[in-house]
Formats: sequence, structure tokens, C-alpha cells
Amino acid sequence: MKICCLVKEVPDAAVTKRIDPNTKRLDRSGEKNLNPFDTHGIEAAMQIREGGNADVDEIVAVTMGPESAVRALHKAVALGADRSLHLTDTALEGSDVCATGYALAKALETEQPDLVLLGQQSDDGECYTIGAVVADHLKMPSLTQVIKIDVEDGKLICERQAEYGYDTVEVELPAVISVGDAINEPRYPSLKAIMGAKKKPLDTKAIGDVGIEASQVGEQGSKTQVLEINPPPQKEAGEIIEDEDTNETVEKVVAWLEERKLI
Amino acid sequence: MPVVPKQFPPPVDEAEFIAAPTDPEEERIEVGVAIVGGGPAGLACANRLLQLLENEPELSERLGEVPVAVIEKGKVCGAHGLSGANLRPAAMQELFPELAPDEWPFAFQEVTKDAVYLLTKKLALPLVPMPPNFRNHGNYVVSVSKLSRFLAERAEEAGAYILTETVADKLLVEDRIVRGIRSGDRGRGKDGEPLSNFEPGSDVVANATVLAEGTLGHLTQAAIDYYGLSGSLPVRWELGVKEVWEVPAPLDRVIHTMGWPLRKGAKWNEFGGSFIYPMGEDKLCIGMVIGLDYTDATLSCHDLLQELKTHPFVRKLLEGGKRVAWGAKTIPSGGYWSMPRSLAVPGMVIAGDGASMVNVPELKGIHYAMYAGMYAAEAIVAALMRDEVDFSAYHDRVHESEIGRDLFRSRNMRQPFSKGFFVGGAVASAMTITQGAFPGGKWEHEADTEIEMSSDGAASRYPEPDNELTFNKLDSVFLSGNATRDDAPNHVRVQEHVPRELAQTWVSLCPAQVYEIPEGQLESGASEVDVHVTPSNCVQCGAINAKGGRLTMPEGGDGPLYQET
Amino acid sequence: MADILVYALHDDEGNFNKNSLGAISEAAKLAGELGSEAAAVVVGDVSDDAAARLGTYGAKRVFRARSAPEGLAQPIVDVMAKVIGDEGFDYALFGGGLLGFEIGAGLTARLNAGVTMEVTAVKAADGKLVAERPVLQDSAVVDVGYVDQPGIIIGRLNAFDAIESGDGQAEVVDVEVELSEWSTKATMRQRGEQRGEDVNIEDADILVGGGRGLGEAANFKLAEELAESLGGAVAATRAVVDAGWYPYAAQIGQTGKTVAPKLYLAAGISGAIQHKVGMQSSENILAINKDPNAPIFEFADLGIVGDLHKILPKLTEAVNAKKGA
Repeated sequence: MKICCLVKEVPDAAVTKRIDPNTKRLDRSGEKNLNPFDTHGIEAAMQIREGGNADVDEIVAVTMGPESAVRALHKAVALGADRSLHLTDTALEGSDVCATGYALAKALETEQPDLVLLGQQSDDGECYTIGAVVADHLKMPSLTQVIKIDVEDGKLICERQAEYGYDTVEVELPAVISVGDAINEPRYPSLKAIMGAKKKPLDTKAIGDVGIEASQVGEQGSKTQVLEINPPPQKEAGEIIEDEDTNETVEKVVAWLEERKLI
Repeated sequence: MPVVPKQFPPPVDEAEFIAAPTDPEEERIEVGVAIVGGGPAGLACANRLLQLLENEPELSERLGEVPVAVIEKGKVCGAHGLSGANLRPAAMQELFPELAPDEWPFAFQEVTKDAVYLLTKKLALPLVPMPPNFRNHGNYVVSVSKLSRFLAERAEEAGAYILTETVADKLLVEDRIVRGIRSGDRGRGKDGEPLSNFEPGSDVVANATVLAEGTLGHLTQAAIDYYGLSGSLPVRWELGVKEVWEVPAPLDRVIHTMGWPLRKGAKWNEFGGSFIYPMGEDKLCIGMVIGLDYTDATLSCHDLLQELKTHPFVRKLLEGGKRVAWGAKTIPSGGYWSMPRSLAVPGMVIAGDGASMVNVPELKGIHYAMYAGMYAAEAIVAALMRDEVDFSAYHDRVHESEIGRDLFRSRNMRQPFSKGFFVGGAVASAMTITQGAFPGGKWEHEADTEIEMSSDGAASRYPEPDNELTFNKLDSVFLSGNATRDDAPNHVRVQEHVPRELAQTWVSLCPAQVYEIPEGQLESGASEVDVHVTPSNCVQCGAINAKGGRLTMPEGGDGPLYQET
Repeated sequence: MADILVYALHDDEGNFNKNSLGAISEAAKLAGELGSEAAAVVVGDVSDDAAARLGTYGAKRVFRARSAPEGLAQPIVDVMAKVIGDEGFDYALFGGGLLGFEIGAGLTARLNAGVTMEVTAVKAADGKLVAERPVLQDSAVVDVGYVDQPGIIIGRLNAFDAIESGDGQAEVVDVEVELSEWSTKATMRQRGEQRGEDVNIEDADILVGGGRGLGEAANFKLAEELAESLGGAVAATRAVVDAGWYPYAAQIGQTGKTVAPKLYLAAGISGAIQHKVGMQSSENILAINKDPNAPIFEFADLGIVGDLHKILPKLTEAVNAKKGA
């Protein structure tokens, strides 16, 4: 079984995020890190390999990003991936969800994976959907927000919390599974693994190498456009009541709740 | 009831941090030179080593696949770096002669104008002529956090392995020779129990080990204890708390202040001052520094900085601005007499702040740290070429260099301030003018833990945070980028049931609100109280080391993520 | 014509999800402004009656694909792609919830369309729709426009309110859809299992948060009783979880969960920023704290300075009385 783990480099959680008013895109000049949700994806791949119910030949870390994204790949490899693939091209800059999903799918097609794992969301895009977009392009079944994966007779038994409670779903391979952070506790890389990461094979590909059409990606290939950025709506200053007669106070609170249709 | 912190020592035995290698030989990680600390000293050492190794192919080969490894506990090099700072350019120019200062990405500008003010509650009186130790012409306003990032990038390009999020927890010693370090475990819970993703540390064995740990000096303290290297006077510290502000009007000069809000009387022993430095066109930084030999248990450096900002002179500089960064860190201030009596033992050297190489009167330490790192590199290469691990030539080199000369010259300048501001100022000036010759000799100082603490009204003056100009500690911690996991083991060693005044000292001292006295006990006025520790707030400034605690190493990657402090 | 197609999710008993009803209401409102049509699509065994009744929320037509299974996204992608293609809808709109995200994402790929998610408001301008969504942990709001048709809009949880706009019965149109090969590769083994111990506070409309001001673990009972009377769940700050008063699953803040309920009632919580970042986007914030200087009062919509040990029980009583419980 070949597992591809999609990973992304995102601004570190501790860095104050801001949108560049000129490009209307996220300012990515500060510290970056491997998207925390993707570490759960890699851990899930490792647990499938170590679990004994599947024969995993290879775990490949795949990312689409600028030059600096190799750091995310090094981290992924330190966590257990055997090699990595870096899709990088200036033509990809400014790609929206539609264009990104298409580009990632084309890159994954060259790998012919049996299973694609990724974190269900990234700290910067907050889109929660890229797995499902990629799956449709790859013509594979997909599930997101998965918090448990078991391998049974070459199929995956997945659990996730949907609108009405927990669903248990059987998925045939090949498949694309996005995992939630509750699925596992990612391991810490050993020093040896960290130091050995740079030596693992890393393939760099441009759009032409994987059959991506330039017109479908980047800003020109994006189907959405950010028109305006505004600060969040200003809250009006709240009211403060000093509690003296508690019965009276409670009456006021109930009236307030009713006014706002909360009860 | 006044209390002396020294009587309540932290529950720690330095011997805990010295061990022989325990991993089976084939599991040990072998490196040429292991450098503990990714700050200016460690990274200058790394860069210099690789420069030298380029011309020594035989030694290079002997050092193996990983000739130089830098072990850094922060998320990146510079994540825990904080300083003023005005850098004397010489060390950078020697290390990277091909770079002109205007190409330094960590420098904001050259200092062309500076001023010193004596503050009273309402006024800012310029001190003219300016006390010479504050003169910074020809120096560069820099961010040490950015400097470390720059040095790390260069070292990595040159072939160093920078191992971030990695703590050096133990010093590996065999037959009294230092063999390397053991990295810290990761994935332990609150009570030290291994969690599901527990990953034990590794033995990193090296031909030479450089301790460049900075002010916390974790392994340095253990080594000083093990090898009996204490200087002739105890190590002591100052605490600095710093903020970075975006401001509409650029600042045109480097400013230092003395006086208000610190109290001048000898009984309070409040030595320190503030700094306000320009950071290019749209930012400035402001910081408060205080010696940790103060006596008032309710003194809070964090809140002194908040109070400072309410002064009309300072308020004006910050007008229309926005606070964008905050941090805190201690500065070793014992100087010459506090340096370890030997900077080298078989297999190991100590460089930078960890060895008290700071010239407090002139507020300089970064370039000494870099020089020390470079000298260490040179001594190590020379010794390893002879197949030796005796690096004592490094010790001599440091003392013969600018580092040794400057530290000796200023060796007694900090101590007089225990006599109060005016006497201290007068004596220090005399020393400056005579280049340290007068009054000469050795002026003793006590360890910070030997100071008697009692509550004496410092806190009554601190302003209520208004969240525009002044802020509370938790808001500040948040801004430092600290997001340490809540169930991490407690790395702070302090006694947890102590006299009230001592607990109060810790509560006020810590800029990150790590220590708390349970509300019930505060209200009841008990003379002995419990101390509640929230280790995940800790920004690893090191202040607790001065007042009865011992900061051991947290998990790698924990703590702040300073960007431009 | 900027016609809008809305997916309506239902459970195994045929009850429609309130976020879907909200989305239909929203589509009806927008269609009214644009002079176009709002329609719904349902899958699985939905009775004529139930389907037609979606008209009360403003759907003109309801497309029903009986043979496509409910509960998993990909068959519904096949259904909606067909309906959109055949009928020429310009927008697909989803109420908040997992399936909406997954179906919307699949359609993005299938139709090579633009998609915006976590949408909090939709505007009609110049015959087109513009979606508004918060970004960067709610620190900014962006307006997103669509370059092409169709455009896909996925709402944030509870962003759209279900509003009955008429007594109209929708026209039910049955459609036959051939499912893609991969849409049959995922099969539901068990749907909607309830698991007691797990508190999913992220979906709750109303949360009662307890902090150190409660005094001791036992006092979380006060919060629980109030939450029950309000029909909500209980959340906790890091400090009390640290002290073992409440489980980590309920922790809100920088190192816990982020929530945006309709009401966050903070009892004995100081409002330090580490907690604030986890709940600041709540629609209504009510704070009870005995310290008038507590930071929480700076961003609460209603603040009560007083003793929560007195106030909480009385409030619980009053709410129960109002509800006739």
C-alpha cells in the first residue's frame, strides 16, 4: 500500500496573522511551521503501517508551496514519511480552493496512491474542504473529520462525528481521508530522524511536470475573488448591572435573554 | 516578617544533570562539536567553526557527517532571544567581513544620536554631559532575536545541523571529561508520567561541547557545581521586560533613563533604568531593567514598565501607537568576579552570558558573546587538530581579549549602587573616569538570594491596565507567542509551602504570572502559604533563579516565540 | 437568472436539519432580491408531504433523488451536479454542518467552481451574490465574489435562521441520477450514534462557561443546572480544567476549543485573553463575576457584578419558570 500524506506549511500559531492590504492575501513573511492538523495525518499513516493490518510499502509526503515549504516536508519525513514531493511553481501563487484542489490532485495522480491522508483543516485557510475537492478529481471516495481509522480486509472502517452523532463508514481503497485532531497524539520525532530528514529523497516538480494547465491555477485560474477586507463588526459597549436585589437582577437578565430570543 | 530566599532553596541537586552516556553505542548520535544554545555565542561559534573547517579537510573528515550541531530549546533560534540592544559592530564585521552593516537584516539603524534622562514623576531632565558609559555612537540598534535567526541561517548554509525544539537536559561526563549532552524527553505529562507519544531523549556525543546557554545556564550551573568552577563572587542578575510598539512618529535617538519610577533610597536597593530605542521608521522598543537585589517583595518589573509608560515624556513617544510584542529575560550582572574561575574543562568550554560575560554599566554583552564563540571555535579546532580536548587556551584568550579587559575595568561598577542611587552614581563615575583603577580592589556583593525581602509599598503605585497603553501580565504573556501545552511537566523547581513574603516576592517578581497564592490564604493573612505554579505561562526569563528557585529545562519547543525583541 | 439551489439534509426519521432550513430561508430571501428562484434538493426516502413542506421556507421546487442514499456526501454531489447542469442554477447554498462542507467541496471540483466556506452573510448586488466570511480566527471579514457560474456558498454553523415565509407548497420533481463509480465506494455502517460522555460544545447554541470564580469543583453543578434550563452545554476555562474541576473536552481558549454559540454565559470567568480568544465571536456574551474590574466586562454584552452563588440558582429557577418546565 502506498500512502500519500498531504502537508502544508502555514504561519506558526504564535505569529499574529494579518492580511496584506495590497495583495488581499495572507501575509506569509513571518515564522512558518508544518500545519498541526497534518501531523495527525502523518501519525495516522504511521499507525496504519505499524498496526499490522496493512502492508504499507511507502509513505510519501506531498506539498504544494513556495521554496520554504521544504521545511514542512523535512518535518514530515522526520515524523516517518519515506520521501517527499514538492510541487512548486510561481504559476500556482494565488490559487483558491478550486485551483489548489486541482493542482494537488494532478500531483497525486503521478504517485498513484492507495490512500491519501491529510489534516482536515489548515491554520491559515480555514477551509476544511481540500480533501473532498482532491478526491473528486481523483475519482476516489472521501471522508472528512475522521477521528478513527481501522483497516479491515483491505478496507477502511472510519468514524466521524456528523450532524446527528457518530457515523461509522466503510470505505474502499483507494480513498482520500481528512483527519481531525482527536484521531491521535502525533509522536515527537527522534533526534536521529530529524537529523536524517534532509537525506531522504525529495522530488521537486513544476506544473509542467505533472500536467497542470496554467490557465486553471494561480490567480487567473481561481474562481473566487476577494473583493474587500474589513475589520470585524464593532461590538457596542455592553451594559453592566450591579447586583443588589438579586430577584430584580435575575428579572432583567431573563428579559434580556427573551429580547434576544435565547429562551 | 522579612524573609531571606536563600533559606528556602529549591528542591534540586545539580548532580541530577550530570551523567555518563546510557544509550547503547550504536544508538548514540555522533557529532563533531555540540553547541548548546542557538544565541549569538553559540551561533558565532558554529559559523566560525565551519569557516575554519573549510581549510582543514582532514579534521573535517574526522568530525564526521555532522561536524557542528547546535542544540536550541526554542522553536527556532531567536525564539527565546531578547535584549535591548545596541550592538558594537566589531564581532559581526570580523565574522562576516563581506557584509556591510546596512546589509544586516537584524539591524534597524546606526546610532547617531543618544540621550540620557533623569526622570522625576513629571519631568525628564536631560543629563548633559551624558554619562560616557551610555554613549552608543557607532553602534547599531539590533534585535537579538533576529540576529540569532540570521546567524542560524548562515550556519545552516555552511553545513551546521540546527536542532531546534531540542533541550540539552544533561551533561554527559565520563572520567571527568565532557563527552556531550543528553537531549530532553518529550511527551511527558503533568506528573512526569510518559504519555502515549513519549519520546525519550538521546545521547549526543561530541569531541567538544560548547555551553552557550545564556542567562539560564542550565548545564553551566551543573558543570560549575561538578567541577567547582564558581567565580569569586556569586552570579547575580537583572530582569529586563521589553515591549515593541508600532508608532506613527519615528524616534530619532537612543534613549536611556534613570530615576523614576525606581526609588532612590538605599533600603529599597532599586538599581536599574529604562531604555527606549528606535526600530526603523515605524517601530520603537521600550524596556525596564532592574537589579534583582531589590528588597521590596511587592516589586514587579512588569508593572514598573507599565508605570513608566504613564510618564508624560514616555507617553508622548508612544502616542497613537500600538503594542505589538512583549518579552522578558534576565541579564547576568555579576561581571568579572562572577565569571567561572575556569572557562574550560576537558572536553568543554563556556561562552557568553552563561559565563557572565556582560558589561552592565555599558549595557554590552552581545558582541562579547559572539567573540567568545569565535575564540571557542578557534581554540577547539587547534586542540582537536592535536587530538586533544584541553581547551584551556580559550580561557586565556578570553581574558586577554577585549572581553577580559572590559570586564575587569568595570568589575566594581555595579556594586556601589547598593549604597543608593546618588552614592552609587558618584562612585561609578569615578570608576569610569579612572578606567577602573579607582577605587580598585574588589567590591563584594551578595547573592540575590541573600537579600532580605519584605513588603514595602512598591505595588501601590502600579497603574490599573487600560489595555491601550498599559496591560496586565496575562495579556503580555499572550503577546510573547507562548502557547505551551497545559499538561506539560513542571520545569520550575521551588518549594511550594513558604513564608508569605517569599511567596509574594515570587508572585510580583515573575513577569508571566507563573506563581500565585491561593485566594483564600491571601485573604486569611496566613504567615505561611502554598505556592501555585502554572508552568505553561513561563517565558523562561530566569528571574526565579535569583530568588530561591531553579528553572530546569522544559520540553523542547515550549515557551515564547519572540520575533523582533 | 441567479437561481439558487439549496441542499436540505434530513435524519433517518425525515426531520430536516435546522441549518438546512435556515439555508433555504436565506436563499428565498436572496432570490426575492434578485428576482430569481430558490429551490431545494433532497435525497433518499422523503415523503411527498415532507418535500413539499419545504415550500414554507421559500423553496419553489424541490428536486428529489429517491435512489441516492442520504448521509454521505459523494452521491449527493452526483445529484446536485446533475440538477445544476440540467436546470442551470447559478449558486449552490449549504447551511452549516459537515455534509454541506463535503458536498460543496465535491461540487467545486466537479463543476470547476469557486467556493466560499464559513460564510456568515450573503449579499445580493448587481444581479450576483457576494459571500461574507470571517478569516484569521475572526480577526477580519472578507467579501468574496465569484468569477464564473456556478458559485458555491457554504454557511458557518448557525449562520442562517430558519424563517417561514409563506404557506406555499413546493413543487416536487423526481430526478433519476446515475451515481459515479466512486460514490458507491463508501457505505454507511451506522449513522448518528449517540455517545454520552463526549461533550460536543462546538455545536451547542448556548454555553455556560465556568471559571475559577465558581470556587470549587462541586459548584460546577450550578453551571450544569443553568445550562440544562437554557438547553445548552457546559464549558470550562483552562484554570479549572488544570485544577481537575472539569474535563479537558470542555476547555475553551488558546489551548482548548474555539466556539461561537448564540449565547456564552461566563460564570466566574475573569476573561483573560487566553480564554477570550476561544469564545470572543459568540453572538451574545453574558458575564457574571464579583470583580468589577474583571477584563471580561470589557467585551461582554451584558455584565453582572455580583455573587454567582446567589445569581445562578435564581436565574436557573427563573428560566425554568419562563419555559414552563
